[in-house]
Amino acid sequence: MKALRNYFDKIKPNFEEDGKYHWLHSVYEGFESFLFVPNTTSKSGVHIHDARDSKRTMIIVVLALMPALLFGMYNVGLQHYMAIGMEVGFWTRFFYGLLAVLPQIVVSYVVGLGIEFTVAQMKGEEIAEGFLVTGILIPMILPIDTPLWMVAVATAFAVIFAKEVFGGTGYNIFNVALSARAFLFFSYPSKMSGDKVFVRTGSALGMGRPEMVDGVAKTVDGFSGATPLTQLATTDAPHFASFSFTGVTGQPLSLSDMFWGFIPGSVGEVSTFAILLGAILLISTGVGSWKTMLSVFLGGLFTITLVNLFAVNATMEMPAYYHFLLGGFAFGAVFMATDPVTSARTEKGKWIYGFLIGLIAVTIRIFNPGYPEGMMLAILLMNAFAPLIDFYVIDANVKQRLKRVGNNKRK
Amino acid sequence: MADRILIKKGLQIPLLGEPDEVFRGRVTSEFVKVCPEDFHGITPKVAVKVNDRVKAGTALFYEKRHPEMLFASPVSGVVTAIERGEKRRILHFTVQADKEIQYEDFGKKDVASLSSDEVKKSILDAGIWFLIKQRPYDLIANPNKAPRDIFITGFDTAPLAPSYDFILEGQEADLQTGLDALTKLTAGKVYLSISPKTTNKGLCNAKNVIINEFDGPHPAGNVGVQINHLSPVNRGETVWTLNALDVAIIGRLFNKGVVDLTRTVALTGSEVKQTGYYQMLIGTELTPIFKNNVTEGITLRYISGNPLTGIKIDENGVLRAYHSQVTVIPEGKEVLEPLGWASLSPNRYSAGCMYPHLKPNPGKKYRLDARIKGGQRAIIMSNEYDKVFPMDIFPEQLIKAIIAFNIDKMENLGIYEVAPEDFALCEFVDTSKLELQKIVRTGLDMLYKEME
Repeated sequence: MKALRNYFDKIKPNFEEDGKYHWLHSVYEGFESFLFVPNTTSKSGVHIHDARDSKRTMIIVVLALMPALLFGMYNVGLQHYMAIGMEVGFWTRFFYGLLAVLPQIVVSYVVGLGIEFTVAQMKGEEIAEGFLVTGILIPMILPIDTPLWMVAVATAFAVIFAKEVFGGTGYNIFNVALSARAFLFFSYPSKMSGDKVFVRTGSALGMGRPEMVDGVAKTVDGFSGATPLTQLATTDAPHFASFSFTGVTGQPLSLSDMFWGFIPGSVGEVSTFAILLGAILLISTGVGSWKTMLSVFLGGLFTITLVNLFAVNATMEMPAYYHFLLGGFAFGAVFMATDPVTSARTEKGKWIYGFLIGLIAVTIRIFNPGYPEGMMLAILLMNAFAPLIDFYVIDANVKQRLKRVGNNKRK
Repeated sequence: MADRILIKKGLQIPLLGEPDEVFRGRVTSEFVKVCPEDFHGITPKVAVKVNDRVKAGTALFYEKRHPEMLFASPVSGVVTAIERGEKRRILHFTVQADKEIQYEDFGKKDVASLSSDEVKKSILDAGIWFLIKQRPYDLIANPNKAPRDIFITGFDTAPLAPSYDFILEGQEADLQTGLDALTKLTAGKVYLSISPKTTNKGLCNAKNVIINEFDGPHPAGNVGVQINHLSPVNRGETVWTLNALDVAIIGRLFNKGVVDLTRTVALTGSEVKQTGYYQMLIGTELTPIFKNNVTEGITLRYISGNPLTGIKIDENGVLRAYHSQVTVIPEGKEVLEPLGWASLSPNRYSAGCMYPHLKPNPGKKYRLDARIKGGQRAIIMSNEYDKVFPMDIFPEQLIKAIIAFNIDKMENLGIYEVAPEDFALCEFVDTSKLELQKIVRTGLDMLYKEME
């Protein structure tokens, strides 16, 4: 480490005011502060500082995403080999998934960080860490068969138009990762939904090559890559009791399959268990707000209970726990709704904000057959309303202060 | 019995170097320096020339807009220098001290028999009016504007703070006289806040004032927090604030008839070998108490005041006007700490839970240095400031209003109730490492210019 420090000290003059690489000083600073805690000491104000900083915060979120990501990789392999009818071991499935997901992560990071570095350099600012999280979130909320160029285009769009035009990390109105997904969802709907995109039948970087028939991967009889929510949205079963969810080979799916995550879906969202692990880390470190998470579920529960009472079809009859286990509900509640920048910022506001996300997400799921999943749109919509919620929470404090003046005058 | 108010939000930063409650003697220095920059917001006009003889209590300078507001020399002797910096701003007055201090005689006075104006004039003439501050704006009180109420804090909860009980021992009579003098200055009430742990008889049994008990972590001892809970400042109102140590100095003026700016100062901090209390005048050079008494071999940061709100001084710096504490901590420039974002080092301290491994050791005290430990960012995390800000105010939103300098919003969100020191803990815990106290100070100054 000492040697590395010396090396950094040696090349530092090149990046200072008159150095020949001054135009790269943000990049240098980014790497230096990544490797070593900056030695800048306080000049004004408090003389001592807490050890937490923005880097620590972001790393904790990335750590919290790891269980869901690793499980997601395994599940990509699992679904793939089930679909092409091959029996393979645990590690084969995992490596297939790794090879399938890794290129998307690399593309998202390269494109996103490339833009971040460039913008930071142009503005002469330090590089903000926000994209460390966004960059890993984007592949996790996309179907596995999303082409790499789409990942690149969506990432670029989201980073530039959802974040940098507003001023960068901390100033954006809409969640950046969800903006990327929404961009693809509305630009290339056929690649973002349906029964083809959530299970990869082709190979991943040459691994897991299926038998080809007429240029199409040969799949097992009765194969369907539809996610449980799509199945529900397209069913003609009159009652939920006569309807059953099936996996890729037509096998019935149990509640435990849904909880552990052995179902088709976007990479990161399938395992409620893995998401729960992430939630525990976020809550115990105080990085994610438990109030937001809880209130999303409460909002969902409230709406579903109400809808169940007046149910007229299978979709409306589905009990709440299915909603929570399926699709992106849990993932959105834990990792997307809690994004502090786009969420409501007051504590009271967080309760309202989360509750409405749960309410709207479930409403979209149940009443709009065109969108089997409503979480993304619900969160983006509430992102837009978060400042309004805060406004009313703060306004109550302001009113109280103004009232105090009146009272004092009367005395 | 005093009302007890429980402060739940806040943070007691566990630092090494609490002062031992031992009195280690009186410190004097040949030269005594008074820095006008300690008195925020005033424009000093010089009242003496180099080579003039002054007594303790003779005015060195006065405030331009209030010529009656004098600033006393703490010591008698010869003015040897009036040093100026950029734009001829006065950096400090240097007085070469006599062996035996001669005091300007202001005459002993019985406060009870004085009128409000006579009390005010006595304090102004003696040159110690600066001990009284005001809200809004956190400046030296404007003597021409009668305060609604006066608030006095009788304890300090800041990190490594001195014990008022210990310092005020033997000064009970001066304290009571000071309180009596202050009751003359307002038609409203005089509030004295103490902690449940307060033992000093002068504080616990103070007369003619309303005593409240504040229980809880820092900033329970901040007068701003106390005002917010007792009777908040509204638009158009002015209150005055002091701490009990300064009240005792005002009491001395009336009881002894002289200006005695002696403070009992706690020497604290992780880098001090032998902590304890020293007596000295404001402006005394601190070299003697640092000599052979601090860690050697590393760069140190010397602070007049506490580590949250104090002023950075150098090793031959002087005791600043408002402080009863001197702190020495490591500067931390030489520290090589790789991969801080992944660090599991038990020597890092965080008020939050981002270092989960730190939790099992609640009694541990830390040796914190002056490093900022991160880059400056936009405000990202929410609810960080609220956790250490026990006032009925939205701190984050107020900070944003100040940055945007939106006067209506600042007023609505409570700018008149706060001082920079109230944001010190927010600044400490801030993940985005913003200079919040500086932001608030600038905001108050700009608002003052706009409104007055």
